[in-house]
Amino acid sequence: MKKTVFYGALAAATIAGGVASAATLDDVKARGTLNCGVTTGLIGFAAPDSNGNWEGFDVAVCRAVAAAVLGDANAVEFIPTTGKTRFTALASGEIDMLARNTTWTFSRDVDLKFEFVGINYYDGQGFIVPRELGVTSAKELDGATVCVQTGTTTELNLADFFRINNISYEPVPIETNAEGQQQYLAGSCDAYTTDASGLAATRAAFENPGDHIILPEIISKEPLGPLVRHGDNEWGDIVRWTLNALIAAEEYGVTSANIDELSQGTDNPEINRLLGSAGTLGEMLGLDAEWAQRALKVGGNYGEIFERNIGENTPIGLARGLNAQWTEGGLLYAPPFR
Amino acid sequence: MTTLTDPPRESFRLSMLINDTRYRSLTFQAIALVILIVIMAYLGMNLVANLAAAGLNISYEFLGEPAGYDINQRPIPYDSQSTHMRASIVGILNTLIVAFLACVTATILGVFAGVLRLSKNWLVSKLMAVYVEAFRNVPVLIWIIIIFSIMTVSLPGPRDFRGDDATASMVFDAFAFTNRGVYTPKPIWEAGSTALIVIFLASLVAIWAYRRYARKQLYEQGNLLPVFWPSLALFFIPTILAYYILGRPVSLEYPALQGFNFQGGIQIRGSLIALWFALAIYTGAFIAENVRAGIQAISKGQTEAAAALGLRPGRIMNLVILPQALRVIIPPLISQYLNITKNSSLAIAVGYMDITGTLGGITLNQTGRAIEAILLLMLFYLTISLSISAILNVYNERVKLKER
Repeated sequence: MKKTVFYGALAAATIAGGVASAATLDDVKARGTLNCGVTTGLIGFAAPDSNGNWEGFDVAVCRAVAAAVLGDANAVEFIPTTGKTRFTALASGEIDMLARNTTWTFSRDVDLKFEFVGINYYDGQGFIVPRELGVTSAKELDGATVCVQTGTTTELNLADFFRINNISYEPVPIETNAEGQQQYLAGSCDAYTTDASGLAATRAAFENPGDHIILPEIISKEPLGPLVRHGDNEWGDIVRWTLNALIAAEEYGVTSANIDELSQGTDNPEINRLLGSAGTLGEMLGLDAEWAQRALKVGGNYGEIFERNIGENTPIGLARGLNAQWTEGGLLYAPPFR
Repeated sequence: MTTLTDPPRESFRLSMLINDTRYRSLTFQAIALVILIVIMAYLGMNLVANLAAAGLNISYEFLGEPAGYDINQRPIPYDSQSTHMRASIVGILNTLIVAFLACVTATILGVFAGVLRLSKNWLVSKLMAVYVEAFRNVPVLIWIIIIFSIMTVSLPGPRDFRGDDATASMVFDAFAFTNRGVYTPKPIWEAGSTALIVIFLASLVAIWAYRRYARKQLYEQGNLLPVFWPSLALFFIPTILAYYILGRPVSLEYPALQGFNFQGGIQIRGSLIALWFALAIYTGAFIAENVRAGIQAISKGQTEAAAALGLRPGRIMNLVILPQALRVIIPPLISQYLNITKNSSLAIAVGYMDITGTLGGITLNQTGRAIEAILLLMLFYLTISLSISAILNVYNERVKLKER
């Protein structure tokens, strides 16, 4: 008994100890690698390829930060986390940042003491069902068995949606997306629910994607973005402005093709400040002047990353929709680099 | 004349704490205790200081807030608007349900396998040896997942029961084996069913009284009365007679396919079955070894003596060997029961919502109150484990060797 308390206290003290250390930037530089928390495997967002290299939309954010801070896009240790382990991993200092389809909510930001640095994907929760069920709307799912990843906001939205519409369902809690896919395909649940982007990515991995339809109802707002711990604002700034640099670069037309030419200097002062040929923005962040250049050279700007990983020409096939630049009717809007 | 005098009393000196064997162990125990207290205090203060630095505090207020999530197996009424406290209670009940089922099944399985392993029949004893070795040498988590996967993949989904060309059908039109679990008929208690239950309980009491009477007759008069058939008759006849006399107060509700799932009846979910069977079969293998050890600890002379009295092998086992073997079997059995209870926390692997899944899983995650939730979990498992030990220790007191 004494021993149990001792280990409990020890574990608690270690967790708390991680919270107290502040200068994440120094830790990352000293370590030489960035510890980035990602999903356990969601094609298009974060999944290892056949050679074991992590790739995907969320992975690209990690690599951009590593390039900006360490100058090497491969100096990233990817740490797979589940919906349940991700916050503990971040709070304990096991990872420096989390880029894992995580929904920005009030209580996570305020109560769990995390800092969401921005939004890299505007999403909403949807349902996927086999076409042979003949279901066309989520409101027809009365009495259905629904697989849902446990420890996520989806679990709460699901409960709310069925309660508000006064229909019943049976939740089957599962740990990872892969497990949900297996349960769904085996028919032990009628429907699978998660963020619509995740559904598209999951369906792309099916043998016959055409046999499954994603229902039209989007039952929640799911702004997904990378996050860091509360209390280290310098580090938070670096991650935030790296993400903003990717978004702003698309707006200004900076691509991986023309970045070398543009970084010599242009007549657009905003681009000059972004790429470091004018101003001291990098210095203000505690980095050098070329930080954003390096981040952009990894995978290009936001639009290029989107198209390559989850865009319409990939198996996942997501349209830009809300995730277009504000100039094109979307919600992406990076604050000015000034 | 001699005078007896006490040897001169040595006065206590500080160095005796180290040099004198009478005090040395006390000294070291005291030092160890102080060090332990200092370390614990340091960790505790470190925790409090770090929590304060991070702006967090220890608070159990979250238990009163609405949980917001649903649970599929609900022994008590619960919905997503109930509190985290109630969600935890649902979890506790689910833990107790699976632990109870697994303990009972594992005991039955273990006793049979343990006895059969000592069988003179080569095939039976080797089969049991294979069972014991295969099951206790593979981690229980793997067994849980294997059983769950086999159920999910091999059993038909509810959809397969539909239509004229259904590929699956219900057993006796009453039981449906699906990959979501097993659906069984549910008894509906109507007016008059209370009387039926009372009669059933009364017949149980009658069986007990009759057996007591039979034993008394045997010990005092030497008359061997039949026990098995009268007990069986007492068990069934009064209840069945009353059932028809009272106008069939209990009817069955059969599960039927409606919409996406079977409705009505009782659903035993796949997750419960996987967890229950895996825990029972796994722990049953350990109990089998305990039982074998217990039986082998009884001197062979006991068997021979009983045989010399003319007892049949079955009776030798039941009346002579097992009662004595229980003395050896019970203490390790306690720890197997504790193992079942603690191993049931692997439930989350198959999505069974036990206390670790509700309080230690979703509640912890949604509220972020990790330390509070883990402390509560520790308290719960500690309470349950100590209760199980206490109950079995009382039983052990009763069966252990009485020294007169």
